[in-house]
Amino acid sequence: MKRTVDRDDLRDALALAAAIGVVGASFGALAAAAGVPVPLTIAMSLLVFAGGSQFLVVAVIAAGASPVAAVAAGLLLNARHLPFGLAVSGVVGDRWPARLLGAHVLIDESVAFSRARGSGPRARTAYWLCGGLFFVFWNVGTVVGVLAGSAVPDPGAFGVDAAFPAGLLALLLPALRRADARRVGFGSAAVALLATPFLPAGLPVIIGLLGLVLAGREER
Amino acid sequence: MTWSAVLALAAGTYLMRLVGLALRHRVAVPERVERYIDLGATALLVALVATAALTEAGGFAGWARPAGVAVGALAAWRKVPFVLVVVLAAGTTAALRALGVP
Repeated sequence: MKRTVDRDDLRDALALAAAIGVVGASFGALAAAAGVPVPLTIAMSLLVFAGGSQFLVVAVIAAGASPVAAVAAGLLLNARHLPFGLAVSGVVGDRWPARLLGAHVLIDESVAFSRARGSGPRARTAYWLCGGLFFVFWNVGTVVGVLAGSAVPDPGAFGVDAAFPAGLLALLLPALRRADARRVGFGSAAVALLATPFLPAGLPVIIGLLGLVLAGREER
Repeated sequence: MTWSAVLALAAGTYLMRLVGLALRHRVAVPERVERYIDLGATALLVALVATAALTEAGGFAGWARPAGVAVGALAAWRKVPFVLVVVLAAGTTAALRALGVP
């Protein structure tokens, strides 16, 4: 991290981090309402750091499922991180300290953000900037949510649930300038949407990889 | 919720992330595979966007969210700065919900 951080990258990352903080607060509040002990909620955000799976596991256990089933559902939802790791490993680097730390801050948003910055030094700086910012905002948000409890308003009222797909899509646009990526993306979206009513959370996104059959030959 | 559940979820999630990062350097990856890894990440992100924009708990998410995402997508396509894309998407959805659109 000898490189200075690009001003625009910092601003854009902060926009996403703010949204992540708001969702973190709603996670803290929801976990408190579901009766999850405070240390467990905070440990979950610190150690798991994968929002979707944290919400899912709390909801599944609150609904009466066994912890084993809940953890299995959460891990299925997070399985996409493995192929994401393959895709950003060049950016994270091949030194073990970087890998060990970089693995923990690998989330959808840090992957999408750094890929939108190519594969060079700017992408590397963006990955660590996002990883650090998102981790801090998610955890501070969680603590705020736990403390504020039911005083935390529903993030849906602010449209935060639209901010994430819109932000990810904006980050994907450079990649989608390639015709083969557009074909794959179209196939992937179609498969995932068709599968969603029938499969448990996480699986539709993974079988979106079937869109790769439309990759065809390389073209730029 | 138990400590063992939290620790199992944390360990499993971390391991999947680390395996992805570490695996790539274990073997020399041919260029063809390299391209599929890259396209695969795009496929997963597009699938995430599509399902997050349109669905909730296995069903349709309602009109407010996809409308907000569509406004954000249009803004991004017109090269509006990223921060505004995010704000426009959230603002549209929030406004529609305030008007009673689910």
